[in-house]
Amino acid sequence: MHIFAMLFINGLAEGALIFLMAAGLSIILGLLGVVNFTHGTLFIWGGYVSIWVFGLSGNFFIALLAAIAAGILMGLIFERLFVRPVYGNVTAQILITLGLMTIFTDMVRLLWGPNPIPANRPDFIDGTWIWGSVIISQYRIFLIVIGVLVAIGINFLINRTRVGMIMRAGTQSPDMVQAMGINIKVYFSGVFAGGAALAALGGALYVPLVGSVWSGMGINNQILAFIVVILGGMGSFYGSAVGSIIIGLTVAMVSWFYPPLTVYSTVILLILVLSLKPEGLFGTAVRR
Amino acid sequence: MKPLLELKNISTFIGPFHILQGVSLEVYPGEAVVILGRNGAGKTTTLRSIVGLQPAASGQITLDGVNLLGLPPYQAVRTGIGYVPEDYGIFDFLSVEENLLIAMWIEDKDTLARRDSVLDLFPALKDSYKRPASTLSGGQRQMLSIARALVNENKIILIDEPSKGLAPIIVEKVRDALLKFKNKSTIILVEQNFDMACSVGDRFYIINEGRTELNGPIQELYDDQELQRKYLGVVNA
Repeated sequence: MHIFAMLFINGLAEGALIFLMAAGLSIILGLLGVVNFTHGTLFIWGGYVSIWVFGLSGNFFIALLAAIAAGILMGLIFERLFVRPVYGNVTAQILITLGLMTIFTDMVRLLWGPNPIPANRPDFIDGTWIWGSVIISQYRIFLIVIGVLVAIGINFLINRTRVGMIMRAGTQSPDMVQAMGINIKVYFSGVFAGGAALAALGGALYVPLVGSVWSGMGINNQILAFIVVILGGMGSFYGSAVGSIIIGLTVAMVSWFYPPLTVYSTVILLILVLSLKPEGLFGTAVRR
Repeated sequence: MKPLLELKNISTFIGPFHILQGVSLEVYPGEAVVILGRNGAGKTTTLRSIVGLQPAASGQITLDGVNLLGLPPYQAVRTGIGYVPEDYGIFDFLSVEENLLIAMWIEDKDTLARRDSVLDLFPALKDSYKRPASTLSGGQRQMLSIARALVNENKIILIDEPSKGLAPIIVEKVRDALLKFKNKSTIILVEQNFDMACSVGDRFYIINEGRTELNGPIQELYDDQELQRKYLGVVNA
């Protein structure tokens, strides 16, 4: 039984990290209709910037804030200079964001070198709790708490604020939002930067979990995030949350009970869901 | 008297197609102007060009002396335009309340009071106030769309085919609503329903193949069956 408890917590922690990537990806897809391949790069940059600032300041929270700031800045630059000219052109979006992914991933190697850099967990969450025969990593609980707080925050933003109201309306008809006297482009930039910040935060939180940062760590997590977005239903925030938990738990369980199947488990799950419910679990397909 | 809204020889393209090839019109404060014409004549594009959703390539559009040409839609609208599109433009993901709130530029006492009086004009919306807009009937959606255009203190309201796709009994209700606020606002109404156009409008413009061809008091058009047949295809029994 204790194994299940530990796997459950591990799965939720993984799910929380994937959620940070997938939520931004899904909202960007839902509101902007942009298939964004820069998310993995932003994840990497979040990791590197946090390690760098953690080394300078010794403060984990300042490191997280620095990663978020880097994500926002990069998101704003990507959106304004590269993505905005290709709104509505999916092929161009894919090519441009793939190009940005390649350039900015290589830039990381240029700045911080090609080899992995070791990373420590902050002291205050480096330990474990032992309840009976169940060993719980404090850092994984911390990840779950952050994931829940971010989910509550996004839910509040989307459903309880004017900004969220405009985002929901913009998902359906950006033109009509403009006809209400609202500059939707400002919200587009904000959403892109917000999604980028979440990805960077994900990277910053991922690095202490695995113990190092390296330039290849973005691609796997980006693929997982895309799987979550498709699984949960494109453009659906709830779909991202539920999909992340499902993927996190699946990976945790399968990697314990039958490790050779781990790589395939998420894809098999995706195939199963899409054959039964092609629009994804929460089915709010992009309406553009 | 100076016109409130003036279009001078505007030209608008949609992709490679030259849709408006010289539309000119003048709307004076307090009047209801009806734009008539056959399907595809350019009526909807004229309204969309005014609000900047289909930007005009050349010509002149001024509202109360402010040049609208080249302004993005959100700026054009904020000069004082309420826009009711052909497909209602209702946000299905929002409630009726949120659809009204999103249209308000400011949430001050005056705007909220105006919203309340607009809701008095459309009691059906009051009953569905907290419901998702996706649950509204066609007539209710049209009323919500008009209500949204009225919540701000706009100088002019542009309404695109409010009777389209609605049952005759609902069309009557929409017409009653238009007549109720007609005297308080300046209106441009694009309408295919000739009876509705005549009962609401003071003056008319006929657009044919992207050009304004004729204008005058609506009564003149109402009395001239030959004109109706020529430009609108209206066949009187």
